[in-house]
Amino acid sequence: MPSVSEVKTVTNADMTTSDPAVRVENVSITYRTTFEKVPTFKSALRRFGRGKREIHNVQALTDVSFEVDHGTSIGIIGSNGAGKSTLMRAIAGILPPSEGRIEVHGRVSTLLALGVGFNRKLSGRENVVLGGLAAGMTHDELNARYDEIAEFAELGEFIDMPMKTYSSGMYSRLAFSVAVHLNPDILLIDEALSTGDAKFKQKAARRMREVAENAGTMFLVSHSMRSIKKLCNQCLWLHKGQVMMQGDPEEVIAAYSKFLEVGEDAFTLEDM
Amino acid sequence: MNATRLDEEFTSSVHVYEPHRNGLPRLRPYFRALWQRKPFATEMSRASIRADNVNTFFGQIWLVLSPLLLACVYFALIMIIRGRGNTYDANVERFVHLCAGLFAYHIFFAGCLRQGASSVVGGGKLLLNMSFPRLLLPLAEVRTAFFKFLPTLVVFFIIMLSFGRPLHWQVIIAPAFLLMLGLFGAGMAMIFAAMQVYFRDIGNFLTYLVRMWLYMSPILWTPDEPLGTLRELGIHEWVMHINPLYSILGGWSSLLINGEIPEGAWWVAGASWSLVAFVAGALFFMSREREFAVRL
Repeated sequence: MPSVSEVKTVTNADMTTSDPAVRVENVSITYRTTFEKVPTFKSALRRFGRGKREIHNVQALTDVSFEVDHGTSIGIIGSNGAGKSTLMRAIAGILPPSEGRIEVHGRVSTLLALGVGFNRKLSGRENVVLGGLAAGMTHDELNARYDEIAEFAELGEFIDMPMKTYSSGMYSRLAFSVAVHLNPDILLIDEALSTGDAKFKQKAARRMREVAENAGTMFLVSHSMRSIKKLCNQCLWLHKGQVMMQGDPEEVIAAYSKFLEVGEDAFTLEDM
Repeated sequence: MNATRLDEEFTSSVHVYEPHRNGLPRLRPYFRALWQRKPFATEMSRASIRADNVNTFFGQIWLVLSPLLLACVYFALIMIIRGRGNTYDANVERFVHLCAGLFAYHIFFAGCLRQGASSVVGGGKLLLNMSFPRLLLPLAEVRTAFFKFLPTLVVFFIIMLSFGRPLHWQVIIAPAFLLMLGLFGAGMAMIFAAMQVYFRDIGNFLTYLVRMWLYMSPILWTPDEPLGTLRELGIHEWVMHINPLYSILGGWSSLLINGEIPEGAWWVAGASWSLVAFVAGALFFMSREREFAVRL
């Protein structure tokens, strides 16, 4: 259960229908890092000898509050390092908030990185099982959906070959396929749309719309303003760990683009 | 733990995340989630066994071949160090004892220790993108080590019988010592897995620790060998039990090979060491695991 933070479970009786899918209240997240990349025993001893602590606080999110209702697809935009991924991980319960409170009503499925839990030495078929179980599916669900997943990935006979023989596009196609067949209440997606070739991208976008409709609630982190406009009915703009704006995608994107001092031309629509 | 459908049976689908206090998560939901997520750990462990020898010519035969070669290497070592001044029977007994201890130690226990220790640090991508009880990672490695150990048991019995050693009925008690070894190994796996998040160097130390521990345990020597020396020095035999593996591996080997049921002190020492290690390891790991995602 509480792999990351203190989790309180509230009985269903306490739930009222007016509860939002996700409520984030005054959440701050601070990473404590040392200056060296990897903490080692030696450097710890050396620091101890000098009597100083080289701790360096990175404020990833500062006092973020927002609510997302059931059935909303919300796009999250912002420049690199704005805290988008941190926010996703906090909602998924992977990172504990340093301050504040996050309330999640519903099953969460994360698509934060592709191919989590995959083993490249094994076949695609075995990895569907592995990835599905990693994401919290049961064996029964996997058996029921296996064909659908394999078909969606369009791997043909490659499905029974070791994944290290796959091209990177094939790899992410399979990973994407596993992830979108989870049928969660709340889906968190981080930049996973740009997988595969143009044809698969279209299919992926279609499937995402389906998932967004079925799942009810979807969080989509993307730099592609076009997919946010297409898939989301709300948008949240993060900048340096703070919420700049929440609202209609068109308006938020316009403000964001203005902020970046670039016009909303075709180039910035595709990739920003 | 996030709200996957697996959790729904025992919690509502409402999850609240707040800044965590140091200390343990609530144990009942934690262990339920652990149990619910067991198929994932099982599959992870199965996959790693399958993937292990996928490129080699002998494939899964290596599960049998490598312990055999290992036993030969160490037997040669003992013969060189001790000389050949022994009867054939004594040498056979020595070799069979070596196999019993070495397979259990090197394949099972050291497997838990090595793979378990790197399970959390090595599972970075999984840890950062999925939410599940982290205890699954070292425990999956313990399962892997156990299933790699099982085929060596067959090898052991074939060796024992083909050298004409009798099979004693006491063998049926031996799994008790295997259980102790498993619990102790799991405890060590959890402790080292959590420690390695903070000090990555532990991985390097571990190589030597494993080798040292091998020489300190009754594998290359029989459990009763050092007792004479200890008596001469006037030191009580209990000193030997400072090494948990003395009673555990000693008991395992004497049941398998001589059919001697170890005396009470061995049972007490082995059982208490393994329980203490398991409980302490689990508590230490669980109290730390919420920090892993930040530390990786």
